[in-house]
Parts: sequence; C-alpha cells; structure tokens
Amino acid sequence: MKKILAIVLALVLALGLLTACGAGSSSSQAPAQESSSASTPASEPAEESVSGVVNTSGSTSMESVVLALSEAFKEMYPDVTVNYSGNGSGAGVEAAIAGTSDIGLASRDLKEEESSNGAVANVVAKDGVAVIVNPANGVEDLTVEQIADIFSGKITNWSEVGGEDMEIAVYGREAGSGTRGAFEEIVGVVDACALTNEYSSTGDLVGNVAGNENAIGYASLSAVDETVKAVKVAGVECTEDTVKDGSYAIQRPFVMVTKDGTALSAAAQAFLDFAMSAEAAPIIAAAGAVSPNA
Amino acid sequence: MRLIFTVCGFIAIAFVLLISVYLILSGLPAIKEVGLFEFLFGTRWDSTNKTDPAYGILPFILTSVWGTCGAIVLGVPVGILTAVFLARVAPPKLAAAVRPAVDLLAGIPSVVYGLVGMMVLVPAIKDIFDLKAGDSLLAAILVLAVMILPSIISVSETALKAVPKEYTEGSLALGATELETSFKVILPAARSGVAASVVLGVGRAIGEAMAILMVAGNSPNMPGLFKSVKFLTTAIASEMSYASVGSLQRNALYSIGLVLFVFIMLINVLLNMILKKDKE
Repeated sequence: MKKILAIVLALVLALGLLTACGAGSSSSQAPAQESSSASTPASEPAEESVSGVVNTSGSTSMESVVLALSEAFKEMYPDVTVNYSGNGSGAGVEAAIAGTSDIGLASRDLKEEESSNGAVANVVAKDGVAVIVNPANGVEDLTVEQIADIFSGKITNWSEVGGEDMEIAVYGREAGSGTRGAFEEIVGVVDACALTNEYSSTGDLVGNVAGNENAIGYASLSAVDETVKAVKVAGVECTEDTVKDGSYAIQRPFVMVTKDGTALSAAAQAFLDFAMSAEAAPIIAAAGAVSPNA
Repeated sequence: MRLIFTVCGFIAIAFVLLISVYLILSGLPAIKEVGLFEFLFGTRWDSTNKTDPAYGILPFILTSVWGTCGAIVLGVPVGILTAVFLARVAPPKLAAAVRPAVDLLAGIPSVVYGLVGMMVLVPAIKDIFDLKAGDSLLAAILVLAVMILPSIISVSETALKAVPKEYTEGSLALGATELETSFKVILPAARSGVAASVVLGVGRAIGEAMAILMVAGNSPNMPGLFKSVKFLTTAIASEMSYASVGSLQRNALYSIGLVLFVFIMLINVLLNMILKKDKE
C-alpha cells in the first residue's frame, strides 16, 4: 500500500514539474518576441526596407571581426543575411574584383596590381600583435630585424640584443593560429620559425611567458596584461593609439575590398557603412582588433 | 532478461566497430596521399607550411614510445613495490590509510596533473638543469609516471591478494623469510595480473593527452629528454581546432589517430598473448 502511494506521489510530482516547465517556456517566449520587434524600428526607422544577402569572402584572420560585425548588423537589419567564407586574402580581393563576392576581405594592404584592377580598400580595423617578454627581462626595445632573427633562431641569447646572458626561449602559437599567421607574415618569418614551445591558446602563451624570464612570445594587443611586458618595437610602444596611427610596426590592416565604379547592393552598402562607423568600434575591439574610426 | 544482457554486451562491440571503421575510413586518405613510408618515417612535420608542407610523424611516434617507456621505467617499480607493501607488508591500519590515497590519485582529473606539472614541475626542471625552458619530455615522463601509478598499484594488489594463502604458509614453513616469500613465491604466482597492470599503465600513458599537452612544450622535434616535444595525442589535440574540414592537414590528423589506435591494438594483443602463455 505504501509503495503504491509513493509511486502515485512521484507521478504527481513529475507531472507538476512537466507542466511547470511548459508554462515557463511559453510565457518566456512572448516577451522576447515583443522586445525584438519593438527594438528594430526604434533603432533604424528609415532602413526597414533593406533586405538581401551580403556575400563576403577572403582572409581567415578576419573571421572573428566579420562574424561579430554581422551578428550586430543582423540585430539592426533582420532581413539581411551576411555570409562569410574564409579562403585567404588573395582570393578575397580576387572575388571582389571579379564580382563573385559583394565584399572581399583582406588582412593586408592591397598590392599595386590589385588597385590598378579596380580594387578599393576600406580599412575597417587594425590588428596589432604585441611582442611580449617576462617583466624581469631587462630588454625594452627591439627592432623588427632583431625580432625576426630571434624567431628564426639566428639570435639565441638575450645578450645579443642588450639583455643578460640567458638563452632565449622562443614561444609561439600552434600551426594554423591566426595570430601566428599575422605575426610571421608581418615580421617576415613565414614557415621559418624555430620555436622552443608551441601553445594552443593566447592565454596559455601569455601565462608561460609570465612564468619564464627567458621567454619571448607574441599575442594580440587585446590579450596583453600586466603579468608580461610588451617590448617597444623600433622605439614605439604597443598601444591602441600607436596601432591606430600606424607608427607601431607589427600591425596589419583588416580591409574590406570593393570594386571601383561598381555600386554595391543596398544591403552590402549598409553593411560596409556599419563596419566603418564609430558604432562598430566597440564590436571590433571586442573581437580583438582596433577600429581606426572610433 | 537475457535479451537485455545480450544487447548491453553488443553495445560495446558496436562502438568498437563504429570507431574502428570510422578511423580507418577517415585515416587512410591522407596516408594514401602522403605515402605510408613518408608518413610513418618522415622526420619533418610542418602541416601549415604553404610552400612545402610536410607530414612526417616519426617525431610523434618516437616521442610517444619514449615517453611511455620512461613512465613505465619510473612508474612500474614504484607501483609494484607499493602493491607488495599494501598486500603483504603494511600493517592493516597503515594500509587502510594508503589505499584511499591511491584511489584518490586515480580520481584526479588529468588536467589537474597537467596544471600542477605546469606550475611546479616545469619551473623546477628549468632551474635544476639550467634550461631555457622546462617544458620537456622529462616533465611529461614524470607526470605520466605518477598518472599510471594508481592502475598499476590497484590491479597488482588485487592479483597479489588472489594468490592462495597456502602458498605463503608453505613457503614460510619451508623456512623462507617474509621477504623471500613475497618476491620469490607470491609475485611470480601473480605475474599475469601484474603484467596486466603494466599493460594497463602503458595504455593509459600512450593515450594521455591533456596533462602532457600542458608540460611537453609541443614543438614537433625529434625526442630528447630536455627538448620540447609533441606526442601522437597532443599533435591531434593541438591542431584539430584549426584544421579545415577536408584538408590534407585534417586527414593527416585522423591518420595519426589511426596510428595511435593500431598502437593500442598491439598492446592489447600483447596482453592477451602474455595471459594465454601464462595459462599454458
């Protein structure tokens, strides 16, 4: 008798749980819908009619920036779909010139022949890569050549660049990392790095540089904290300002490429305008780059 | 009722088959493309090199072999002696204190081993041997040696305890000392169980990824005790997230998984052979 009572009670409880869940979900849906439909006309009353698809393709390093931008953009223009495909900067510029993509993405300056073929660069962001050492390291300033020599294994002791007599432990990111690609490209050591250790995340690398006074590494500007010291490159400190004004050497532009004389679709134009606006600056910053338009 | 047991039994087999077939299907294309010899015995791994990519995994294979051997050399003597201690020497009260500690060691997640290794072991190795960085094969071996201890201890202890009491009594009655009894009578009698514990340890060491990812440095060098090295497991773990679907790099990572799988199979076959021989 007791057993049956227990089973019945358990069933009642379970039923109660189920109905509670059902009620919760149905009531929470309603306000969400209301708020989204209410906010859209409020923020952009004039642009309601813009709809369509914006195809972007190119640089894989720009993925996080473009995805963050398209996410924010979708909140303002729910009818516009922004597609991204990563196939490299060269292919991105090519696609913009050929018209196969609305906007090409390149994480470098345009080459001369690309500009003469009608490619127009719109710099939406700048990506600075800081060179970091342990705070106990006396070296404050390195030239790009010295950095290249250190990472390619030509310089192996800190005394060769004005530090103490200690071997250099060269820390880098794992193969395929966007930061590694950017750093190697700008410093000119693509596929030529002699790394002591490889780490699979920026935080891991920063932490290990903080724990080893012999170490040198690199990280996105946004990931540098007080546990490590960012060295000056050719006398210029790595800050948002020096990246923005172009004086810091290890940086690259994130460019949205369009074609001269070809009008963008309304949706693509709206997306480009949004990416270039001051509004987008905090989104770009959150994605790890610096906006020149802030 | 019988049906349920049968179904449960087949679930394990189904998963083994599924994983085997999946690994073989996804691992073979890259081996075909790179060439079996080039893949297994190539000494250079540079999967993202745009002009001259290389997919030789000999450094990973040798690192995994050396790392596992090192862990066995350090871990097995300690483990077996601890098992003898627990099963035969220790007073019951002390054994009751040591046993939970060993069980706890088995329960510690591998990422915690890695973390302690990274924060304590790696800087210590750097200072003791005056290296530029402490992340090395040695650090990985030490971490692995500790990690395989629990399985060696508990399986060996069970095997030692399963030896009939008459063996001990007979040995002591013939005038052998306690120590002689333990090492010359009981340990040989339990050898198949002890061998099984060692193979289990090998399996754990060769398959471990997280802990050694944090202490080994992860550069694809040929192994050296003080060099930063990459294991078969860590090669897969560190590159998988960046390898694009369908690329040769990703397929090559699957192939590494296949090689690892073959290693584990060989170890299991070896174990079965040991146990069978013992029965004969």
